[in-house]
Amino acid sequence: MSRYLLPLLIFGVLLGLLAIGLGKDPRRVPSPFIGKPAPVFDLPQLHAPEQRLTMEMLRGHPLLLNVWASWCVECRHEHALLMQLATERQVAIYGLNYKDPRADALRWLEEWGNPYVLTGADQDGRVGIDYGVYGVPETFVIDATGVIRYKHIGALTEQAVREKILPLLADGGGGTR
Amino acid sequence: MRHIVVIVVLLIASASTPGADTPLKFSDAAQEQRYHALLSELRCLVCQNQSLEDSHADLAQDLRNEVHGMVTQGKSDKEVLEFMVQRYGDFVLYRPPVRDSTWLLWFGPFVLLLLAVIVAVRFSRSRNRGAAPALSDTEQARVQALLRPPADGESR
Repeated sequence: MSRYLLPLLIFGVLLGLLAIGLGKDPRRVPSPFIGKPAPVFDLPQLHAPEQRLTMEMLRGHPLLLNVWASWCVECRHEHALLMQLATERQVAIYGLNYKDPRADALRWLEEWGNPYVLTGADQDGRVGIDYGVYGVPETFVIDATGVIRYKHIGALTEQAVREKILPLLADGGGGTR
Repeated sequence: MRHIVVIVVLLIASASTPGADTPLKFSDAAQEQRYHALLSELRCLVCQNQSLEDSHADLAQDLRNEVHGMVTQGKSDKEVLEFMVQRYGDFVLYRPPVRDSTWLLWFGPFVLLLLAVIVAVRFSRSRNRGAAPALSDTEQARVQALLRPPADGESR
């Protein structure tokens, strides 16, 4: 009996590992940005292109930086949640409009609502590259000192907001750091 | 005949229409070689089983431009790879560096091989032992008796 037990055990362990592997989303790549200062940027504002939106302007309070585009289907899925966060919870959300023609982006916000305090227009996607963006939408939690505390890839979910994002924002957003 | 010529000319013309991939400029062949070598070392994050060299994703095109820019500016291979790792993590490298989190990836197969050898050796040893079990004294005596050469005159 025991001579069959060991192979069975090994098989079981293998099966378990494979099951875990199947359940993981290969698009969720660990971000090298967590705990590091958010890369500096200097972009024209979407609504007022003659004015700038820079990383320096975002220091001083915890916030969300949401990377979005009007051509991004998943962005529609998280939009209601962003609106709710902005209006009901008074979360400061800034937008990074990624590789999007200005007219399309403006129309999109007009149609679905604008949850962003300010939006930077990253037309050529260079700031996106500096932020390691590879799957829009992406959302960064940046604390008051300008350090990235969390990165969410793909559409925000209520669970991610409840369990990760709100606690991080409430914790003073790194005021203790 | 004239139609065929026209069609061929049009086909050739359409094939050379400048598309998304306009030919890149390099100062010498070595630089171009470095560019292509670097791209094949880097994974495209949008379509994860393709390298930056092969991928048609929009982001891959942007990153190819970045790499091209850095190579023509004379940045070293190490600097280019660091640029990518800083933004996308070790995951972009097809050959990840050896460190705590990748130790199992690099040496796991050898550990498994070692385990397999140990199991195989133990298994074959235990089988050998099983084939020749120890004999008791009386059995030993019988064996000796059976193996003794027959005495003279005795016939079978």
